[in-house]
Amino acid sequence: MQMLKRLETLCMLNGISGDENAVRDYICKEIIGFAEFEIDNLGNVIAFKKGKNTPKNKIMISAHMDEVGMIVNFTNSDGTLKISPVGGVDPRVVFGRQVIVGKNKINGVIGAKAVHNLTADEKDKAVTFDNMYIDIGCDNKEEAKKLVSLGDSVTFSSEFIEFGDGFVKGKAIDDRAGCAVMLEMLKSDLEYDTYFTFVVQEEIGLRGSRCAAFSVEPDYALVIESTTAADIPSASGADRVCELKKGPVVSFMDRSTIYNKELYNLAFDCAKELDIPCQTKTRVAGGNDAGAIHLSRCGVKTVAVSVPTRYLHSPSCVINKDDYFNTFKLVKALTDRIYNR
Amino acid sequence: MNAKDLIFDLISSTGVSGDEFPASETAEKELCKFCETEIDHFGNVIGCRGKIDDKKATLLLDAHIDEIGFIVTYITDDGFLKVSNCGGIDRRLLLAQQVTIFGKEKITGIITSTPPHLEEDDKKVPKIDDIYIDTGLSKEECEKIVSLGDRVIIANKPISLQGDRISGKSLDDRCGVAVILRALELVKDKNLPVNVVVCFSAQEETGERGAKISAFKIQPDFAVAIDVSFALTADDKEYKCGKLGQGPMIGIAPSLSKEFSNRLVDLAKSEEIPFQLEVMNGETGTNADCIGVTGKGVKTVTLSVPLKYMHTPVEVISIEDIENSAKLVAKLLERGVYADA
Repeated sequence: MQMLKRLETLCMLNGISGDENAVRDYICKEIIGFAEFEIDNLGNVIAFKKGKNTPKNKIMISAHMDEVGMIVNFTNSDGTLKISPVGGVDPRVVFGRQVIVGKNKINGVIGAKAVHNLTADEKDKAVTFDNMYIDIGCDNKEEAKKLVSLGDSVTFSSEFIEFGDGFVKGKAIDDRAGCAVMLEMLKSDLEYDTYFTFVVQEEIGLRGSRCAAFSVEPDYALVIESTTAADIPSASGADRVCELKKGPVVSFMDRSTIYNKELYNLAFDCAKELDIPCQTKTRVAGGNDAGAIHLSRCGVKTVAVSVPTRYLHSPSCVINKDDYFNTFKLVKALTDRIYNR
Repeated sequence: MNAKDLIFDLISSTGVSGDEFPASETAEKELCKFCETEIDHFGNVIGCRGKIDDKKATLLLDAHIDEIGFIVTYITDDGFLKVSNCGGIDRRLLLAQQVTIFGKEKITGIITSTPPHLEEDDKKVPKIDDIYIDTGLSKEECEKIVSLGDRVIIANKPISLQGDRISGKSLDDRCGVAVILRALELVKDKNLPVNVVVCFSAQEETGERGAKISAFKIQPDFAVAIDVSFALTADDKEYKCGKLGQGPMIGIAPSLSKEFSNRLVDLAKSEEIPFQLEVMNGETGTNADCIGVTGKGVKTVTLSVPLKYMHTPVEVISIEDIENSAKLVAKLLERGVYADA
């Protein structure tokens, strides 16, 4: 399967934190015959792929299955649904969109009082989650309750499309891109034994990876992620953080981790050798599962390789295809250099 | 074609103010089943049902064909677009929206959104001037496809909600177009006591401009401006809104013909068609305002389809309201504009 097609398939699956079933089912189905795997108590998929040889170091490669979204927490008397964000969601990218609610995949829309009826002040005030509701077309609570239960997941309804010169747009690219890269590796022949963990609940506090790392007990870990890029006209210099078309991102520090310097340097050396672009982040921002993994047990040497992503955590995440392919190349090459360090 | 398919068809076409063509073509294709049609130099679609009989009153049925959107004003050095609004955009929902740009070919873009690490305040609503559209193209490539003055819309596919509710963009005012088309179908081949002229008018959203020209040309005695109006949502005021699913809203206002409003109310009552009254205290904010003062004056009334979330890509209406509006208009055509003797 083409790597891009696989990313599309993964992005179109709905799986907010704590409700990763659809993503997990797909991944398990895909890796049968390519690896031994188990699903732990939290729902992490822990896969072990036998290589031709056993390496000196135990390596764990990890990506998270969950995506940001919303959860239904109340049914209003007029049949609309109250929601809370799951993970870091800017309410301004939720208002005015179509969403999908619950297991029955009910269509819903998020609107509010018409702009014509707002005061000048209100026009400049974003609709917050407290003031937001989903309209599924029901007129009262009873009707709505037949279709939706409290605790149901809400995901963005957003097509996966290619646009511009080599760009793709979709929801949940964070971190289905990482999952797709791992599936690609799992389905190829590997020189050495490798652990792959597809983890849950990254977006609400790096929770799945904590247990996965404990179970695997690796010597080294590689986290494959999507990270925020701000290469848009309203940001300049360091505020752009990282840029699309400039290759995978390896950062020295973010809000969850100060990265192992040896691996940080190795990643750039590796990219140079392969002649693929690679960049670092120009701001200490964001965080990922490395935060939980590098502090597991007695500590794990950890590196994160990320696909630079515009409009992260929105229904319209944008990445460049080359960055995605190069992330796969870099992760593979970097892993090869870590097995027997 | 049933009402839902007709509306899905109409709202899948685009016609931003001043560039109504794709939408007007779709509408004309339907209208020409009942009328002799033409599209005037301003973009108004005008249809005349049969020969004008001087002994009969002439009734104009108006709905606007244009929709809100954006117009490209500038291309940045890195291929992003700056835009201005055509019509009253709800700025609260702009960030990270997928858009379609109508250049030499249709291309996809994404409205930029500043990631949270660069913007502490997620309650801030951007000015139109603050946003850029990411085309994924370099300036040079972009200029081959996009010209200043091209139109842009927020891309959104029509969807069905529960019951008879549907959601999509530009239901304001393709609903009105659909009501007229359905009414004409209901009276097909019937001999009517009035001359019927239809106008799907251009540039309503930028100041009721198309109707000024068409009404002058048509010189009707009576006119019904068929548009949408506010349906109640939990965050709005009951006295300012109609209710979804409770039938067409008949306008009563100092600027409208009271006699004509009463005629519609009487017809609705006698034909047992559900209706609601929409009382306004001056002008109406619809094409009725300019049609009413055309030439020596025209007896004008508004008939509005209740709609939630006006001027968003997720406007919501009830199909039953469309059918009931069409029935009422059809009865008006059959039984005439004057009060029953």
